[in-house]
Amino acid sequence: MDMDTALLLSILAATVQSGTPILYATLGEMFTERSGVLNLGVEGMMIVGAFTAFLATHLTGNPWAGVLAAGLCGGGLSLLHGIVCLIFQGNQVVSGLALTILGLGLADFLGTPYVGITTTGFQAFAVPVLADIPVLGTIFFRHDALVYLSYLLPPLFWLFMARTRPGLALRAAGEHPAAASAAGLSPVRIRWCGIFTGGFLAGIGGAYLSLAYTHLWTNNMTSGRGWIAVALVIFAFWRPGRAVFGAYLFGGVMALQLRLQAMGANLPSSLMLMLPYALTVLVLLASSARGGGRAAPAALGVNIEPEE
Amino acid sequence: MRKSVSAMLLVAAMLLMAALTGCGEDKKPAEAPKAEQKPAAAAPAPAAPAKEMQVGFVYVSPVGDVGWSWAHDQARKAIEDMDGVTTSFVESVPEGADAERVIQNMARKGYDIIFTTSFGYMDPTLKVAEQFPGITFMHCSGYKTAPNMSNYFGRMYQARYLTGMVAGAMTKSNILGYVAAFPIPEVIRGINAYTLGVRAVNPKAEVRVVWTKTWYDPATEKEAAKSLLDVGADVIAQHQDSPGPQEAAQERGVYSVGYNSNMSQFAPKSHLTAAVWNWTPFYKDVVEKVRKGEWKSGAYWPGIETGIVGVAPYGDMVPQDVRAKVDARKAEIVAGTYKVFSGPVKDQNGAVRVPEGQVLSDQDMLGMTWFVEGVVGSTQ
Repeated sequence: MDMDTALLLSILAATVQSGTPILYATLGEMFTERSGVLNLGVEGMMIVGAFTAFLATHLTGNPWAGVLAAGLCGGGLSLLHGIVCLIFQGNQVVSGLALTILGLGLADFLGTPYVGITTTGFQAFAVPVLADIPVLGTIFFRHDALVYLSYLLPPLFWLFMARTRPGLALRAAGEHPAAASAAGLSPVRIRWCGIFTGGFLAGIGGAYLSLAYTHLWTNNMTSGRGWIAVALVIFAFWRPGRAVFGAYLFGGVMALQLRLQAMGANLPSSLMLMLPYALTVLVLLASSARGGGRAAPAALGVNIEPEE
Repeated sequence: MRKSVSAMLLVAAMLLMAALTGCGEDKKPAEAPKAEQKPAAAAPAPAAPAKEMQVGFVYVSPVGDVGWSWAHDQARKAIEDMDGVTTSFVESVPEGADAERVIQNMARKGYDIIFTTSFGYMDPTLKVAEQFPGITFMHCSGYKTAPNMSNYFGRMYQARYLTGMVAGAMTKSNILGYVAAFPIPEVIRGINAYTLGVRAVNPKAEVRVVWTKTWYDPATEKEAAKSLLDVGADVIAQHQDSPGPQEAAQERGVYSVGYNSNMSQFAPKSHLTAAVWNWTPFYKDVVEKVRKGEWKSGAYWPGIETGIVGVAPYGDMVPQDVRAKVDARKAEIVAGTYKVFSGPVKDQNGAVRVPEGQVLSDQDMLGMTWFVEGVVGSTQ
């Protein structure tokens, strides 16, 4: 294998790795939005997930305990959003923004004593047989357990939405809560589930950063990945398959810009560091030009008024 | 009616959240100054002749980062052990308006010396210094001074040069990776000195630079190190505070050079050495001078001969002849017989920047915006 092929494969493998935390968060937010609730607090839930995952792993020595803690705390934080939007009919945009600020502040406040410690976390391991497949094995099957777990999520997500009764109920709550209510469902209860699941997955996305990507905790370590997830949901037209594409596209640009620098491309680094964010803007433009807005759940962001 | 009730509840919820986050931010400066009172020092009144010195430190990051602030805090602990000195610190203080409030707070409490250790504290420090002419202010890494305010830094590039010699001797691929923070003179100077050190022992080697535009982002910095490893680098150096690049080097089974402090705990198998800060002698000197009334305002840039910068202990893999060579050059720099940026020094395009027989001036070093020959990368 020559140098260029090896480099290309390494870029693609790095793409999967840097796309994974964004993929978790994007799927989580997509789940919440399909139930009709817009939660802009992804960044806050991710950072809380990153911290609690690190703390739980540091205390127990078991990274899976960290993942569970991250999910529960990310989900727990999202319930605040539920309280504001589902009980008090508050503005979903404002509440989501508050959640981001709260999450970042909380993690910063509680996490400062833990900066500079390393923990065990997840290590990469090759999947037997699959890792030996040429090209694909190198790209997809030489990562850590959380990456492998993320491969299962999009198909499960799709199956749930398209083929199960609870999935149908979730979509009904997002498209037409009154109809769902008339059919004997409780859209408010469904939305609680949607919010919690979204927070749970965002938390795991954060856990990926502190347990697998690195084995450290630091303030603001999500550095905007939560916001990218929010943008990717729109880019993906609320479909899980396209979320995978979006997350990897974004991860790929991140991996590529660093490698372009390493290869000695004589371009201003500021320009290259801008690439992922410029891409986010382009992606949003492209998706709205193609009528992406129409793919949104019809009742997204609309609160359910309690019946008289 | 129902709408207005829910709107009020919403506002209440928001206020609650804001209050919660607000507490999170506010509590820190109030709690963090851990004034470690010495029991013996409690008795004498402030007017007693043997004057109790109170020294305050303002840090930009948490002291646990094993990087920049950690190095300063090691020195704080050392002066805490001096007779009649108590210290306290505030960590994670954002640069800007918050910094001014924290510094002012320390000044009001009657501290004798206040060290502010981040570039962005320069203007806030100057402002408070003007209000409290009786207090000595020491600002690290800036350039403004006042009658009661000095600025100081250390010649880290000398240590960078020596670590470069080690790296240059250890590389097999002749490609070295450097994960760099921001293209500012301080960082560019470090890369240049490192490269000169590398090529002093290995003229065929090149240093590749990747900018992360971060000071502490383990994920991005580790990924940047990996990108350098992917293009064939087999020694990784860094100019950030996180051990992310060290971790990447160890995972790939190649070598690394640390920064700030001995980072070998993060990558014992790959850590060759590190360019380290040791603020203790300088800080002790400042405290002594202020106590004796001999302190003078100025701009201080001490070098390796004072011990303010240094080279961490070599890893076991560094052979004896390499150690001897680097130690010999270190002795020459300490003695002042060898200068890192002595001519001929060419830039990336081959143009001579420092002619034979001349040495780059401090002024030119402090404003450096070009790479020396052997660096692959852009200064933009």
